[in-house]
Amino acid sequence: MNATAIDNLFQQKIDLDLNIEPKDQMPEKYRLHLIRQISQHAHSEVIGMQPEGNWITRAPSLRAKQILLAKIQDEGGHGLYLYSACETLGISREELIDQLHTGKAKYSNIFNYPALTWADIGAIGWLVDGAAIVNQVSLQRTSYGPYARGMVRICKEESFHQRQGYEIMANMMKGTEAQREMAQDAMNRWWWPSLMMFGPHDSDSPHSGDAFTWKIKRKSNDELRQKFIDKTVQQAEVIGLTIPDDELRWNEEKQGYDHGEINWEEFKRVINGNGPCNKQRMDHHKKYHAEGAWVREAAAAYAKENSK
Amino acid sequence: MDTQLDLWEVFIQNKAGSYVHAGSVHASDSQMALQNARDTYTRRQEGTSIWVIPAKYVVASNPEDAEMFFDPANDKIYRHPTFYVMPEGAKQI
Ligand SMILES: [Fe+2]
Ligand SMILES: [Fe+2]
Repeated sequence: MNATAIDNLFQQKIDLDLNIEPKDQMPEKYRLHLIRQISQHAHSEVIGMQPEGNWITRAPSLRAKQILLAKIQDEGGHGLYLYSACETLGISREELIDQLHTGKAKYSNIFNYPALTWADIGAIGWLVDGAAIVNQVSLQRTSYGPYARGMVRICKEESFHQRQGYEIMANMMKGTEAQREMAQDAMNRWWWPSLMMFGPHDSDSPHSGDAFTWKIKRKSNDELRQKFIDKTVQQAEVIGLTIPDDELRWNEEKQGYDHGEINWEEFKRVINGNGPCNKQRMDHHKKYHAEGAWVREAAAAYAKENSK
Repeated sequence: MDTQLDLWEVFIQNKAGSYVHAGSVHASDSQMALQNARDTYTRRQEGTSIWVIPAKYVVASNPEDAEMFFDPANDKIYRHPTFYVMPEGAKQI
């Protein structure tokens, strides 16, 4: 089959809403687009363990510590599901990690912000996982089979993440004046970066055309962001938190909230490596990846010796 | 040189009894593969039993052969019970 015939057959399948599977022929651009997106997603899960891991030893109770440990372990698992989906596209784990370390592959910008107080653990679970869920729910219907199935598995696990975060925020809002201030402060710092997680406005993302034609993406950045805002505002109100946006207004006509301007300058600055924690996150990953090398070597040597 | 160990495919037995492909793990031997599969894919009692198989031993049919493989089943409708005409009034058949 020539390239055009492959492309046609491929698009026919996509138009029929059939999943594309690892051994199916696919356009090279589709494969590369997926590798970029799935690996960025995998790296985000793994790097995202760092801001929360920072609080394991300082969790305010044994209950809180157990929950946080389980949540972070899930995120590690999510990273593994996604690496395994990505590897079916013909790229090795070594290459994926290498792309992360050289900066060729990115991870979600949100994890370049620090978790300063215990309320940040609440805000991360509620807002950051909440935003991730909105995106991941729509990706359950993405066209690449292994990615879609990974998303189904991940979505099942995510709702506990969001609920445990919201519970932390709700409890702090029922606490002392200082605790309420701490919760509001975390809200103020995490709200806008959470909105940025959905990426640039549709009018500013000229490259998303392919992703829609190939049904990798089912909903646009702005649609997903709107969904997240609309469901989160009510949750904030219930526990008495204020959304740090003076321009936030209910729009009767569109049956959704209008929001203020997102600071895209900050977004660009952080994505280009100048956020508060970019260097720390990457150094940490490199350090522990290198320090774990002897374990992998020892395991390989042991297996080789045993198979003799 | 860095190694990421071998690739193993993971199958989890569900409540209905079938082993369903869950994903894959990296491991140096079968014992580690089982342990990693357990940690990665069954944190919430998703199954009662796990199979791990070195990915290199999985033999898969080719998507291009799908027509040749599966189409002939299409015109053998007499393989289905609904093909047969049952006499009026016959019960429990
Ligand atoms: Fe996750
Ligand atoms: Fe999560």
